[in-house]
Amino acid sequence: MTGAWTWLTTGANWSGSGGVPARLLEHLWYTFLALAIALVIALPIGAAIGHTGRLTGLVSGLANALRALPTLGLLILLALWGLGTFKGDIALLGPAIAVLAILAIPPILSNTYAGIAAVDPATRDAAKGMGMTGREVLTKVELPVALPLIMSGIRSAFLQVVATATIAAVVSLGGFGRYVIDGNSQQNYSMMVAGAILVAVLAILGDRILALIGHFVISPGLTGRKVRARATTSDLVVAIEQEGGSAVLEPANRAGGDR
Amino acid sequence: MNWNWLNRNTDQILSWLLAHLWLAALPTLLGLLLALPLGALAFRYRWSYATLITLAGLLYTIPSLALFVVLPGILGTRILNPLNVVVALTLYTVALLVRVVADALDSVPPLVRQSATAMGYRPIRSLINVQLPLAIPVIGAGLRVAAVSNVSLVSVAALLGVPQLGQLFLVGFQLNFYTPIVAGIVLCLLVAAIFDTIILVAVRIATPWTRAVSHR
Amino acid sequence: MINFDDVSKIFGEGDHRTAAVEDLTIEIPTGKITVFVGPSGCGKTTSLRMINRMIEPTSGTVLIDGVDTRSIDAPKLRRGIGYVIQNAGLFPHRTVLDNIATVPVLDGQSRKAARAVAAELLERVGLPESMGSRYPAQLSGGQQQRVGVARALAADPPVMLMDEPFSAVDPVVRAQLQDEFLRLQGELGKTIVFVTHDIDEAVKIGDRIAVFAVGGRLAQYATPAEVLSHPADDFVADFVGHDRGYRALSFTVAGNLPVRDEPTLLLGSTADPSLVPPDAQPSEPYWVLVVDDARQPRGWVDARRITAGRPLGLGDLVLGGSLVGPQSSLRTALDAALSSPSGRGVAIDADGRVIGTVEARDVLDAIETARVAQGLLDAADQRPVSGAPAGDAEQAAAAVPS
Repeated sequence: MTGAWTWLTTGANWSGSGGVPARLLEHLWYTFLALAIALVIALPIGAAIGHTGRLTGLVSGLANALRALPTLGLLILLALWGLGTFKGDIALLGPAIAVLAILAIPPILSNTYAGIAAVDPATRDAAKGMGMTGREVLTKVELPVALPLIMSGIRSAFLQVVATATIAAVVSLGGFGRYVIDGNSQQNYSMMVAGAILVAVLAILGDRILALIGHFVISPGLTGRKVRARATTSDLVVAIEQEGGSAVLEPANRAGGDR
Repeated sequence: MNWNWLNRNTDQILSWLLAHLWLAALPTLLGLLLALPLGALAFRYRWSYATLITLAGLLYTIPSLALFVVLPGILGTRILNPLNVVVALTLYTVALLVRVVADALDSVPPLVRQSATAMGYRPIRSLINVQLPLAIPVIGAGLRVAAVSNVSLVSVAALLGVPQLGQLFLVGFQLNFYTPIVAGIVLCLLVAAIFDTIILVAVRIATPWTRAVSHR
Repeated sequence: MINFDDVSKIFGEGDHRTAAVEDLTIEIPTGKITVFVGPSGCGKTTSLRMINRMIEPTSGTVLIDGVDTRSIDAPKLRRGIGYVIQNAGLFPHRTVLDNIATVPVLDGQSRKAARAVAAELLERVGLPESMGSRYPAQLSGGQQQRVGVARALAADPPVMLMDEPFSAVDPVVRAQLQDEFLRLQGELGKTIVFVTHDIDEAVKIGDRIAVFAVGGRLAQYATPAEVLSHPADDFVADFVGHDRGYRALSFTVAGNLPVRDEPTLLLGSTADPSLVPPDAQPSEPYWVLVVDDARQPRGWVDARRITAGRPLGLGDLVLGGSLVGPQSSLRTALDAALSSPSGRGVAIDADGRVIGTVEARDVLDAIETARVAQGLLDAADQRPVSGAPAGDAEQAAAAVPS
């Protein structure tokens, strides 16, 4: 433990291409990229599924199945394929980001469709009855109301990606995982622990920041995390899927008179 | 797929498979056993709910590899000691299930709880005999998630030298060879599927009333 | 004016064909409240929703002021029609004010102007200005419903569709909402189509009632008084209920009931049991009406139990029931007599001051007279005689049902 502290307080470890800031940027870059791709794919699909109410079984089945995939195996599988197919950096980076994005999709997808499906039908009916077009109903009513769940899905995805990006160091990616992998091969336990701590801090801080963003973006009229007082099995499975990979569990608003 | 290679290494693969089964199943069960009383506490004493859930959340936020690395220092074990994996995954399972148990208990209709009390059940017996059985479906769903996640997480520990199916991936990477990797993935999926099914069946057996209703 | 021209809504095909609405032809007058009422599955909500094309008819045409609703783009059509549903359907993520301002903003008005209109409407539906910045989750059911009505009024649409808007609240709140709604309509005069399953609500609110039977058949379309006194068939008679005779009394003004003089005692004055006349029945209480300084009735006191020398207080009084005013119906008059401990209903003038009492037997005489008169009218019109006096439409509208 003290070794880790020493390592962290050594100036040399904070400079250069192997230094903490550089690794931080790499880690953040992978995370950002993967999340962006996942969002672009998962948000529209999740919105469509939640809106039409179809294919929900398929989606939750898929999400469950993806959770069973060993991330290390997937990373290495695609990395090998990448090495065989491409040249240069993209050979490893491409597949790794692909895996990260794939793993980030289920939480965002599940939560988006659950959030939209959970919009009170009366609200949807009123919106349509007042003269909103389908698209207006989606953008002005359904998405904003689904936002708490969507945000929590994004937070789950963030954690999943940060965790997997750490592991991706084994296929020669950068980021904080490097300290763990390199430390292991060098038998430098202090470096390993330092890396572990950095990753943990990144994960926790990042999650808190996302929570804060959510706080500003989500309308105060909506209760934060919805675990309804009478959670049915499927409700809770959705709630758990949000938390599947690695997620932040937060106390739901529990007003006394809540049904 | 090189079946020859698989044939030749069957013993090693089997031993890794066994280790993997053990390393995934044990924390899941331990986690459940620990989460049940904690979840019941969180449910019963509202003020503790927030604290417990926040702690659990914090724990769950820590990436698995980080936890696997930090624990040896705390536990005083060597890095590649499987005990680290068991402890880490147990912690994750507890973190996940505490909330599930609390919310599952909350989903039991208050009227049922009240009639149990009115009939003379003491709180603990009511919990064990009345509320928990009714909460089984929801807890079961959570348990399936935890079990399946654990199967995947165990393989990560291969990076630290812990022997289990994850080693197949490293072997494949070193040898630039797909067979062990695919074998590893397939076996992991198989194990996950088996765990998932076992829990499903167990839940069904434990809740005969749900079956009776659905057959109407 | 809204016209349904042979409109049907059929679901399914062949053997599984169900008609939610069958060949509906009805004309809904401008500026009046028309109530669609009937049991579950009778097609009333389906018919309502075909007006703003939330449901499209299988056949037939719906016209608003002569224009086929299908010729207008659906969202545009809906922006010109107010829509109030059960549970309000308020947007949880917007403040009350922004909820109300929804349609004007959709139509392109500036948010500021729309909010100003919204604030006015908030007041109109009887909610305090401070509620504007709250969120729907913070409001009670009744408050949410009022916001729902305000939201529907925001673009000042000529037509309003209301689907069981007051069903999800408790009876006390419901009665308040109904009264305020009637007041509002008195000010606004919109064309309103109102759906309910509650015949009492229909009778109270509607200028005309359309009774639907299961399978989407229009059973009767008439004024409330007409439906109560001359139900078109067994279904309607049954749906209206077994005390329709009594309820129909609400539609006849008590008018010329004999009002007898009634000696009164002043609240706070002292009296003693000696005021009981010697020839009064000794085993019965001797009830005396007690009024206050403004000659408003406060209750009845049993003179035999007055403590001599002590001023009469509210605690000594037994409260009576309804009061008979100049516009009261026969139903109110009967209830006033029956609910009073003395058997005499208190009659008041337009300012609420006691003018005397009416007796139950006088009310029954008046009912009989009215019934006979109606029977003669029916015979002249060659219609089947019903059980209860119908009164006429204007009186029906003016009478306050109790």
